[in-house]
Amino acid sequence: MTKPLVGLAAAVLALSPGCSRRATQPIAKPPSAAPAAIVAVSGDKQLATIGTPLEQPVVVQVNDAHGAPVAGASVWFRSVHGAAFQPDFGVTGSDGQFTTAVTIGTLAGRYQIAAATTGASGKTLEIRIAELALGFRESQGRQLSDFYCARCHDSESTAERVSNHDNLIAQPHAFDDGAFLNKMSDPDLFAIISHGGPALGKSAEMPPYEHTLSKSDIAALAAYIRAVADPPYQSGEAVYAQR
Amino acid sequence: MTIRERLIAIRKALFGDSARAFGTLGLLLLLLLAIVPYRDHFREWYRYQRNYLGLIRGRDDALTLRRRFQGGVRQTWIPELGVVDRCASCHVAMKEASLRDVSTQPYRPHPSVPHSLDEFGCALCHRGQGVATTVMEAHSSTKAWEEPLLPARYFEASCGQCHMDKLVGTPRLNAGRALLARYGCVHCHSLTLPDGARLAPADDPPSLEHVSQKTTREWIFAWIKNPQAYSSAATMPNFQLSDNDARDISAFLIAQSTQVEGAGAPPAGTSPIAPSDAVVQAGSSAYGESFCASCHAMQNAAGLLVGGNVGPELTGIGTKAKPDWLREWIRNPKGYDPETLMPHYRFDEKQLSLIAGFLGSKTVPDFVANIHLEPATTPQTAHGKQLATEMGCAVCHQINGIRRPEDFAPDLTIVGSRPLAKIVFVPGMERTLPAYIAAKIKQPRSFGTALKMPQFNLSTTQVDNLVTALLAQTDRARALPGRLRIAGPSGSDYQPAGAAGRLMRDLNCFSCHSINGRGGDMAPDLTWEGSAVQRDWLLKFFKNPNTLRPALIRRMPKFNVTDTEAAPLTDYILAAYQTPAFERDSIQPASDSNAIEQGRQLFYSKYACQSCHIVDPKKDKGYVGPTLTQVGDRLNAAWIYQWLKGPQTLRPGNLEPDWKMSDSDAASLTAFLMVQKGPRK
Repeated sequence: MTKPLVGLAAAVLALSPGCSRRATQPIAKPPSAAPAAIVAVSGDKQLATIGTPLEQPVVVQVNDAHGAPVAGASVWFRSVHGAAFQPDFGVTGSDGQFTTAVTIGTLAGRYQIAAATTGASGKTLEIRIAELALGFRESQGRQLSDFYCARCHDSESTAERVSNHDNLIAQPHAFDDGAFLNKMSDPDLFAIISHGGPALGKSAEMPPYEHTLSKSDIAALAAYIRAVADPPYQSGEAVYAQR
Repeated sequence: MTIRERLIAIRKALFGDSARAFGTLGLLLLLLLAIVPYRDHFREWYRYQRNYLGLIRGRDDALTLRRRFQGGVRQTWIPELGVVDRCASCHVAMKEASLRDVSTQPYRPHPSVPHSLDEFGCALCHRGQGVATTVMEAHSSTKAWEEPLLPARYFEASCGQCHMDKLVGTPRLNAGRALLARYGCVHCHSLTLPDGARLAPADDPPSLEHVSQKTTREWIFAWIKNPQAYSSAATMPNFQLSDNDARDISAFLIAQSTQVEGAGAPPAGTSPIAPSDAVVQAGSSAYGESFCASCHAMQNAAGLLVGGNVGPELTGIGTKAKPDWLREWIRNPKGYDPETLMPHYRFDEKQLSLIAGFLGSKTVPDFVANIHLEPATTPQTAHGKQLATEMGCAVCHQINGIRRPEDFAPDLTIVGSRPLAKIVFVPGMERTLPAYIAAKIKQPRSFGTALKMPQFNLSTTQVDNLVTALLAQTDRARALPGRLRIAGPSGSDYQPAGAAGRLMRDLNCFSCHSINGRGGDMAPDLTWEGSAVQRDWLLKFFKNPNTLRPALIRRMPKFNVTDTEAAPLTDYILAAYQTPAFERDSIQPASDSNAIEQGRQLFYSKYACQSCHIVDPKKDKGYVGPTLTQVGDRLNAAWIYQWLKGPQTLRPGNLEPDWKMSDSDAASLTAFLMVQKGPRK
């Protein structure tokens, strides 16, 4: 009879410091210094199919005037065209950072999501983070690109795929190389994918895909290339979040 | 009196004579007639249509748009599919591609999709109530109609109603179906795809009939308490067992375990001696050279998992497996488990010692450090058996004394149409089917602690993918006309025959290679390998599989087959696995230097093959495709020729672009490639 009691007492004693520590933790300490800036740490410029969550969370950090992280600053997220945040409001941790999971809205296009905090004089500090929502066709293009194109056009190697980019004489352009690819017209883009580099007087290292891919596959690839272009490709497509 | 007099006066004023009566009735009739247009004027769809006309006014193409606009309730009726959709009454501009810049609904044009809106309608893909003419009733769920619009994140579920094949455009659906098989969901739940094919599990839960030879009771106890604590990649779910339940189940599993038939006592002198660092190092090399990592993952120094997921993670194998068992397993895994996917390597004693020593040194002592079990009592063992029976351990694992139960968990064939009235929601939960399925997968026991479904260790994306695959299992999908269904790859139980067939099963070729529709996808499909390769090359390749693709991580291991094994296997492959499309010896490559030189020109300039293939290791660098330095010794001329003319007809889905090469180009390139016979010794 005494043994369990002793055990219980020991457990209570062992737990009590933990309890007291835990009790003070969640109460946000007043900001250690006045927030002077909010910056994006990670999670910007991601791609996702419309309506789906981004693969990586979006992390922002609140800094004071000296660039040191501010703990306990409140941060809120908003988006015009229906991106959802989980959570959309909270306070920064001891490292001055706040993390949220983003589900992109149901319109394809470029999204700007805004993360905001309140600065020293009650002024709202805001940062805009760009994300990209791909429609059905662009997503299909992305899948095709990962299989057929990325081996040469993406210079980064992954654990499963060693890049062939540097083995080629003519350096393939990355698909987000808008500065170059935006200058190509739609028919040119179709021609080089369908008939290979020589169709535009370029290297034969780019093979023709007209017999491997269907017309709609090539259209999907072209749509994907247009969607990921940086700087953005101007074709009269809407930039939804700017309104 | 006065009221009555007044009423009489009014009657006289309105109906006093026939002319008055006629006029009054006429006015009343007009009023009644006006009610219908008046009510329509305030309907939602009418408001949206008026606003649309306002929206297009002032646009460049206003006239065209105005001409194409049709007012009133618009209906798509497709009796064959059971589609009655009135969505176009508000979504008036679905087919107006020129309105791409409009972002306000309901006026956005429909994004381009592979299907025509007239052929399939809207609700087949979007769900919701097609016949409704108000936003609320069409989009949301009501008491009369429970099915709201399908949220965009699960949208690929709609494709899965007809498509059993792996579409490029539906990565989430494909991943979800793969997860249902990979995580063994379909061991307990039966699930029939809309085309009638039953989804088969793709995991390989081990038999537990001889488990006491393999591992200790302490390890079993720790493992069944939390499999992911041993291996983050483990697919076995957590059954959230109490210490006492885990104690009793581990006692039962040890008690039911029998000796492997024919296995004698372990050979003397193999008692574990802690291997020296140098021996472990040599064992690590042997592990690498045997390409164990093609199937098994192991944590590297940085704590990252490196390797395949066909077999279990081996980071803590030294803690799990008993040394004697480990050695015998590596010697011949078929002796312990005839159904295992692991090949029977023909290791010699030295290799065995090295690899077993290395694996034995991979321990995670913390995993079993604090587990001290008293010897089991009979009631504990009996309770363990009862628990193992009730919890359905035998659905996945073979266990002595417990028969595999049939239909252990609810059938999921039409789970995507489950009526909300039949669902018990947890308070505070969103009352929709996708939310319910997601919660069931994420936290099954939140619906009641007595439920049997275990806790799986899945990411948000994996749960989304699973929900997508399950939402495709609708009533409607089964009622659709058969011509719309695109069947998936049909399962095959192809078995090669004879001595070669026995050897192929012993080496488990099908774990990685696919032949005649059966097998894995890690290595090339060998269905037509007999038309492709030369006999001498294949013989040498079995003896020493040199790598053809330098950039590949997963590689063919050396099984140490003997000459007497390799020869019949080679002959069998050459004879049995030939394509009907052409004869093996139908092409004699040109051997004159002109043709070869022309082939070289084509190789390096017109087709730039060196971007992906290496012929001259000094100058070519491409490594997307296989190295061709010795292709003249490896491949048949006829295969090369036909391959150049259409690679996908020989291996569907192959990465090599289809050139539709002319006969003469293909012949010249074949001549050039057939003289690539590598450095002469």
